[in-house]
Amino acid sequence: MRTVIFRTTAPYLTSLMVLFSIFVLLRGHNEPGGGFIGGLIAASAFAIYGVACGVPPVRRALVFHPMSIAGTGLFIGAISGIISLFEGVPFFTGLWVYPSIFGVELALSTPLVFDIGVYLVVLGTIASIALGLEEREKI
Amino acid sequence: MDAAIDGTFLAILAPFVAAALAPFVTRIAGHNGAWLLALVPAGIFVHYLGFLGQTAGGAGIASTWDWWPAMGWPLSYLLDGLSLMFALLISGIGTFIVLYAGGYMKGHPQIGRFLSFIFLFMGAMQGLVVSDNLITLFIFWELTSITSFLLIGFNHKKEKSRRAAIQALVVTGGGGLSLLAGVVMVQLVAGTSDLSTLLTQPGLLQTSPYYLPILLLFLGGAFTKSAQFPLHFWLPNAMEAPTPVSAYLHSATMVKAGVYLLMRMQPILGDTIWWSTILPIFGGVTLIVGTLLAVRQTDLKLMLAYTTVASLGLLVMLTGTSNEVAIKGAVLYLFAHSLFKGALFMVAGVIDHEAGTRDVTKLGGLRKAMPITFFAAILAALSMAGLPPFIGFIAKEELYLGIWGTSPQFLALTLTAVVGNALMLVIGFAVAFKPFLGAKTETPKPAHEGPILMLAGPVVLSICGLASVIFLSWTGQYLIGPMTSSVAGMPLEANLHLVPAAIKINLILSIITVILGLVLFARLAVLRGAMNGILNAIGWGPDRGFDQFMSGLVISAHKVTRLLQPGQMDIYMKGAFIVTAIAVLVPMIVLDELPAWPEMPQMLFYEWGVMAIAVIGLAAVLAAKNRLTAIAALGIQGFAVALLFMLFGAPDLSFTQFMVETLSVVILALVMTRLSLYQNDHRSPVKTVIDGTVAFAVGGGFFLLLLSVTQQPFNTALSDFFREHSVAIAHGRNIVNVILVDFRGVDTLGEIAVVAVAGLAILALVRFRPKKKLPPLTEADAIAAQKKEAAV
Repeated sequence: MRTVIFRTTAPYLTSLMVLFSIFVLLRGHNEPGGGFIGGLIAASAFAIYGVACGVPPVRRALVFHPMSIAGTGLFIGAISGIISLFEGVPFFTGLWVYPSIFGVELALSTPLVFDIGVYLVVLGTIASIALGLEEREKI
Repeated sequence: MDAAIDGTFLAILAPFVAAALAPFVTRIAGHNGAWLLALVPAGIFVHYLGFLGQTAGGAGIASTWDWWPAMGWPLSYLLDGLSLMFALLISGIGTFIVLYAGGYMKGHPQIGRFLSFIFLFMGAMQGLVVSDNLITLFIFWELTSITSFLLIGFNHKKEKSRRAAIQALVVTGGGGLSLLAGVVMVQLVAGTSDLSTLLTQPGLLQTSPYYLPILLLFLGGAFTKSAQFPLHFWLPNAMEAPTPVSAYLHSATMVKAGVYLLMRMQPILGDTIWWSTILPIFGGVTLIVGTLLAVRQTDLKLMLAYTTVASLGLLVMLTGTSNEVAIKGAVLYLFAHSLFKGALFMVAGVIDHEAGTRDVTKLGGLRKAMPITFFAAILAALSMAGLPPFIGFIAKEELYLGIWGTSPQFLALTLTAVVGNALMLVIGFAVAFKPFLGAKTETPKPAHEGPILMLAGPVVLSICGLASVIFLSWTGQYLIGPMTSSVAGMPLEANLHLVPAAIKINLILSIITVILGLVLFARLAVLRGAMNGILNAIGWGPDRGFDQFMSGLVISAHKVTRLLQPGQMDIYMKGAFIVTAIAVLVPMIVLDELPAWPEMPQMLFYEWGVMAIAVIGLAAVLAAKNRLTAIAALGIQGFAVALLFMLFGAPDLSFTQFMVETLSVVILALVMTRLSLYQNDHRSPVKTVIDGTVAFAVGGGFFLLLLSVTQQPFNTALSDFFREHSVAIAHGRNIVNVILVDFRGVDTLGEIAVVAVAGLAILALVRFRPKKKLPPLTEADAIAAQKKEAAV
């Protein structure tokens, strides 16, 4: 599978897919998309990169171990639910703020934070499985 | 009841925060970091001191923080005489334990971890005693089991430590399950698990038809935790732990959790014929067995451990009488015991640390080398022996008064208590005098006085045993009285006197106890020999029984696993699918609810086209000779279904389906290449027919199920709700996503936790390497195996 064409295009394809996955993640609240789908897209992006160029470059590119990315995601997800407790409202109540940045109103919320957590969990878990399987050395 | 987070909630949280910080503090400050860390329990202690005035007035302080109303499971605490006394003991003794641990573990590379565990335990124990809700009490109860497992097994490279840790976890954890069942039953019978509510309704549970099972389940929890015979064996074994742990967990706190539970439930479950039969019997037997076993030991810590078992027996016995004077005696004894036993354990640790051995037969004449330790040991031992003017004496006076003449079996109880207390005196003297008096013996280390970190605890605690008598009216008014009232469930006053007004039966019993004890102390060596002879003659004990139980458990677990998990993928898959087919088809056929055959819908040409793609994919799967081709062909069918979702207005679903299909093809293909399985399908025709039938049954079953679902009238209540509220209250137009991250956010949190855990498990499987390198299966091998299987 490691043809020259594939090897050359894979990094571009991967970066486009990761970018697209973030776009899908962020539009999720109003348009089709969301953390789960975004995470799947990003995971397949890294799987493609791994198939094309081998696993070590992917691991270098990810910097952290995929499983710690998943763990971080789970942590962020749980924290987003706990934030509401400090506001005196029940666990997991969605909170919204609308800061204005350069005159553009931006809607930020705890559900968005939670969705980012979902994205990271799915990305980390699937990527670590796929990369684990792609590593063929020590059989 | 206010909803705010007040100081007590912060006090409950504080030990956990300290646990997180402890490793960093010790990394910077070394063992002297203990001084800084000890400020946390000291602060908690001061915080609780502030409530003494209120509880002495008979008030209970309660507060609730309803952090998650939908769950109906608020965090709430209840401070009355009983819980306040425990909270003070836990934080007060905890302060000195932290200091002591700093000295004891000086230079140990994992001192930070050790202190962290101590703080975790402290937090769990504090939470246990202040919880107002039985469910939260249970959670903290289990936390104490888990943290004590970590502490007992701290020297995890020693096999004995590991065994002791597992033993303690199995016994106390098993008791915890029993407690959980009891708590659930209380909730069902009484309709609440709030202690403050239950305490206002005495008699409610005692008259319930479920009283006996509830009582037995609670006793299962309390007796395992408080090491009642015959489940006492884990406590002496837990002496494998470093001494700060023994001094903290096994004197003042964890083992008293069972006693706390019994005292807490006394107004709710007590004062019945069952209560006042079971508790005194178990308590009395434990008292006698514990002291006799203690006599046999020569290790300082083990001697103390067995007397702790005995003291717990005494407390259970007294609590079981349900009479106010005996309860006052129990309360006093509990207070006295926490002080002198904590001090004596720390003394034993100092001797071990500075002289190099804990064997009482090898120690002697240390009084010159360790005068301060000796001083603390004498004070504590005199209190343990129940001699005036120490708090132990007051306790014994009260408890004799409480037992004598109050129940039909009082003579048996009195005899038990006198013998037990006399033997306790023997052990107390043996621990406190034997190592210090007599001729100087050679010790493995040249003995010298311990560091101040390690001496602060024993000295302060043993002086408290004296000071509480000097300020006896204060002790009675602020500590003993309120606690007795909480346990007895009615307001009581504790008028304590050091010098009795008249010669009463209790003073005579005390004198008998002391004389008997001194006589036995003089014959200690003979007694020890006799006990050894008896126990060797019996040859079997609960400790060995535990080993037999555990190995039996492992063997039966292995058998069940072998039965259910033969290790063949084929069988798992077939099992799962056959059960699915039965679950889907049988109810429909038996209840005669097969769907009507629908009319053929009008479909557009491209819809036909998509259907055709799916069918072609399926045909390719069946026709494929090569497994990789089959997997890819399955993907075709999946994409076709995703297209159908897209056409019928479910973009999110279709999107996800595309990704899942892609990834499953990729991952399956990777698995195939990795496992180096034979590439082709070698099933025999018979097996193909069987597998085909199962596949057809599952597929057909789901087809019928979906068909009958669509023929039901469609209930729009839910979708209307989401459509209405999605933008209005969740600010999102994509309903699917809003449901996932907002309306059903907690579900999703659970789901992503499952995803992450499943990922970890898969990763472990992928990384798994058999120890021996097996040669890869060749195709010839595979065919041979298949033929053999077919023949069978």
